Amino acid sequence: MKRGTTVYLYELAWILPSFAIPVGMLVALVVTAFGAGVHLPGNEGRVDPRTVGQTGPFAEPGVVQIAPGQYEVRMTAQIWSFAPGEIRVPVGSTVHFWATSKDVVHGFLIPRHIVNVMLLPGQVAHAQVRFDEPGEFPIICHEYCGIAHHTMAGKVIVEPRR
Amino acid sequence: MSSPTSSEQRLTAAFLIVAHVALFGGVVTGLFQSLEHAGVNVYPSTPLVKSYYHSLTLHGVLNVLVWTTFFICGFVPFITTRALRIPFASLGLAWGTFWIMTAGLVMAAIPLIGNAATVMFTFYPPLKAHWAFYVGLTLVVVGTWLVTLNLALTWRAWRRQNPGVRTPLPAFMSLVTFAMWTIASLGIAAEMLLMLIPWSLGLMSGTDPLLARVLFWFTGHPIVYFWLLPAYISWYTLAPRQAGGKLFSDPLARTSFILFLVLSTPLGFHHQYTDPGIQVGWKLVHAFLTFAVFFPSLLTFFNVVASLESGARARGGKGWVTWFGKLPWGDPSLAAQVLAMLLFTFGGIGGLINASYNLNLVVHNTAWMVGHLHLTVGTAVTLTFMGVSYWLVPHLASRALWSRTLALWQVWSWFVGMIIFSNTLHRLGLMGMPRRTMIGAASYLQPEWKALLPLVGIGGSILFLSSMLYFVNLVLTLTVSRAPAPAAPEFAEALSGPDHAPAVLDRWRPWLVLAVVLIAIAYGPTLVRLAVTTPFNTPGMRVW
Repeated sequence: MKRGTTVYLYELAWILPSFAIPVGMLVALVVTAFGAGVHLPGNEGRVDPRTVGQTGPFAEPGVVQIAPGQYEVRMTAQIWSFAPGEIRVPVGSTVHFWATSKDVVHGFLIPRHIVNVMLLPGQVAHAQVRFDEPGEFPIICHEYCGIAHHTMAGKVIVEPRR
Repeated sequence: MSSPTSSEQRLTAAFLIVAHVALFGGVVTGLFQSLEHAGVNVYPSTPLVKSYYHSLTLHGVLNVLVWTTFFICGFVPFITTRALRIPFASLGLAWGTFWIMTAGLVMAAIPLIGNAATVMFTFYPPLKAHWAFYVGLTLVVVGTWLVTLNLALTWRAWRRQNPGVRTPLPAFMSLVTFAMWTIASLGIAAEMLLMLIPWSLGLMSGTDPLLARVLFWFTGHPIVYFWLLPAYISWYTLAPRQAGGKLFSDPLARTSFILFLVLSTPLGFHHQYTDPGIQVGWKLVHAFLTFAVFFPSLLTFFNVVASLESGARARGGKGWVTWFGKLPWGDPSLAAQVLAMLLFTFGGIGGLINASYNLNLVVHNTAWMVGHLHLTVGTAVTLTFMGVSYWLVPHLASRALWSRTLALWQVWSWFVGMIIFSNTLHRLGLMGMPRRTMIGAASYLQPEWKALLPLVGIGGSILFLSSMLYFVNLVLTLTVSRAPAPAAPEFAEALSGPDHAPAVLDRWRPWLVLAVVLIAIAYGPTLVRLAVTTPFNTPGMRVW
């Protein structure tokens, strides 16, 4: 990069924006990540994958209303199903999912609702989402988990207000 | 320029042969995958291939692990000795490396083909493959370290004869590529040696999926740079000459490679944004570092395009954009590389979306990713390597390419097929279609996906036909072609040469130390916490 040459000037004219563009993108990312309240799974603790079906928070999977409009789902994933396999909540509910896997790595995806979590044996995963539209939405296992992986799905049924 | 000796040529040829056998297996299984998505389930009638998932594992392992690695281990040392104009430090070591890697490959291939390792190329435990699969792949990685050793010894011998001289750019880039990879591969080596191999041999009763994934992705992101940097070596040091021009800036090229050396590894958590068990703060740190590596990518974009432009202008190109048409499009080797660059632009933009902490939630583990990695490793890398083969194979065989016209058809059909294929998969991913799924049989197949899925089969079929044109051309080059090979492309001169580069760019220690320090900062706390607290109590399973 020899000073004063044309090549040097072109280099500089490119390097400065090349530095500024990623920085600008990062700022946008941080603003939207925190400003828009995007929630990533963090470190929520461990469970013993060998006994998770018998003891502890995942012994009885199910849906519990914890406050008006707030639901907590305790869910296990196992080849090749989710338990509970069907979740019913009224429209406008916020659902807190707590989930883990009893055997191999599974995935947990609700398309168009920004719920996207890996379920690892031994780890507790957390995600939360508000359902603003009535309808039936699939819960899809999106990590290869064996020969019948493509049959592993559940559903969320969001019921309209009566 | 002195050529590598004939024994070195045979060594490169040996690596290329193994690479191409793998590529052949990979594209055949790839065709099956894409047909399945289009509603044609061929698996009941295929010999050997037992299921969609068996096929998918073969496709992934053969293409992204074997084809790339063996091609690189043949091509990059060839480039290094050619640029330094000295023979390998140890030809015996080089051949030993080839046989260790090939033995490892055969060892891994037996359970892989026998459906005893249907665990995808990511082999996440507790899916438990046959031990030979893990041991074989580990031998391949050990082989790559021996390549690093040989390159370093060769460079040292050159340095002794040439004190004070700048390392020629192609050799410098080759050394950076293998230095970066050797550091990055420590993650997968630890996963294999400390977890998967003892566990698959029955010496450990359990494993831990999270720690295994952290170690896997320690290597799993930089491995894409291990694939890409050899393509960049061709783009920087050969393509400008093939285009009739000069490399725009040698110092800027060195700068971007040093930045790849430093920044490639401490960013693997961007593959694990959706994993539980990793603190959100560290995920954000890795997001920052991933965006930092965008900087050398932009430098590469500028430098390579400016170099091509110098060639096109020398050939009479005019205008801000229209010079592009004046590139020597009749040369299939250059056409392949330029089209690979074009599609890689979209791959790069997609990569930024994947790395974005927030947008990743929309696309993680969906078909979007399949579209993305077919633009990157499937085109930027693979189509470039095909372009390299169009001069390298004739050079090694001393026979001219059988048909340049056929090669041009091949290159363009790959480009068109890939646009259809990857665009469709990106769109399906945005609609929430999962990756790695036998989607034609899925219980939750959505009507909006169904409308697009035939395009996956059409794009995949075009890509398969394109790859067959490639193989036919190479086979006929080796068997039928009688004309002598044209001279292999020489390395490009630079408009701004190596003497303009700051001397610190030619020193190794500060950059290697900086790379290790950054890795220690980005990974240290999480790895220490996991090493101390992980119970290794997850039993293994065979569920296929």
